[in-house]
Amino acid sequence: MKILIVDDFSTMRRIIKNLLRDLGFTNTDEADDGNTALPMLKSGKYDFLVTDWNMPNMSGIDLLKEVRADENLKTLPVLMVTAEAKRDQIVAAAQAGVNGYVVKPFTAAVLKEKIEKIFERIQ
Amino acid sequence: MSKIKKNQTTLDPEVTEKLRSQAAELMDQVNAGDYGKAMALISDLSEVRDQSLYREVGRLTRSLHEAIRNFQIDPQNQEQQEALSKMADASDRLEYVVQMTSKAANRTMDLVEEAMPRVIAMRDQAKALREDWQRLRRREIGPAEFRELYVRIDQFFATTADATDAIYGSLSEILLAQDFQDLTGQVIQKVTTLVKEVENHLLSLVVMASHVDQMTGTVHELTEQEQTSPEKGEGPQMRAAERADVVSGQDDVDDLLSSLGF
Repeated sequence: MKILIVDDFSTMRRIIKNLLRDLGFTNTDEADDGNTALPMLKSGKYDFLVTDWNMPNMSGIDLLKEVRADENLKTLPVLMVTAEAKRDQIVAAAQAGVNGYVVKPFTAAVLKEKIEKIFERIQ
Repeated sequence: MSKIKKNQTTLDPEVTEKLRSQAAELMDQVNAGDYGKAMALISDLSEVRDQSLYREVGRLTRSLHEAIRNFQIDPQNQEQQEALSKMADASDRLEYVVQMTSKAANRTMDLVEEAMPRVIAMRDQAKALREDWQRLRRREIGPAEFRELYVRIDQFFATTADATDAIYGSLSEILLAQDFQDLTGQVIQKVTTLVKEVENHLLSLVVMASHVDQMTGTVHELTEQEQTSPEKGEGPQMRAAERADVVSGQDDVDDLLSSLGF
């Protein structure tokens, strides 16, 4: 299971990376925004994408749309982990095809639950 | 706030007094047919208006300067003093907060990542020993294996003492790494004070502008407020619990998503 973590703050990437490791996912890479993430996704054979929303250059929602529009990536499970808390935004993310949505600040238990739920649905 | 409200509805009493007396005099002169003097009075009146405007602008400029001076910047000369904005310093201060919090977060995570493998190693050793210990209690262990277990238990005590020392060290350093809160708290409070001050001055400016509009009879066409698209990231929302358009936590998100068929 190869996972890409996208967040513009290195501390948040590190926290997510640690939590994923505790859940048994040790094969993770990091990117600091959509523009960096997209080429990695296209060439890297990732199984799962965890992304923030608000980032410089390409935002998480735009990254999600790019992923869904790409023939090879469109089924990639995407979990959004973000401080964006407006109802409109959550609806927009759902419409864009997000698989899960976690609002910051979050707990390890919530992250675990959402990830497990996503994988349950895929299998 | 009450002072601002007062400004909005009344002019300087000195100015209103002048206006009143000169307006009455103007009426008298017009009625008396002395148009030359009436025209001079009109020009006096507009001067009164201009003077009160200048005074208002002057007062605001002075208080803005005062606010800027109070924000502890050390410009080299007069020109710089005028050019330097308090805001530039404020953003430096906030940048410092970002650096401090990031440093503390990384230091804390370094220490946690140092302690975690020690804890895991201790847990694994304890588990293994416990299994063998129970086998011993069930008398399933022979003398050779017992000697080996004896040595391992001895080693476990030694390594546990060392490891817990190291973990305790990490924990107290994590405690110390939280000292950023004191420093960043002070900086943020300073910047908050500045922002409040600037807000107040801006409010006075707005009030003054409306004052000027009143005196000159200007009406503005207000342009429509820019609509923000839901696509645009906004960052954390304040007072989420009091707002209907914002979720107040993960439970709200889950409810919303399940109402959308998730």
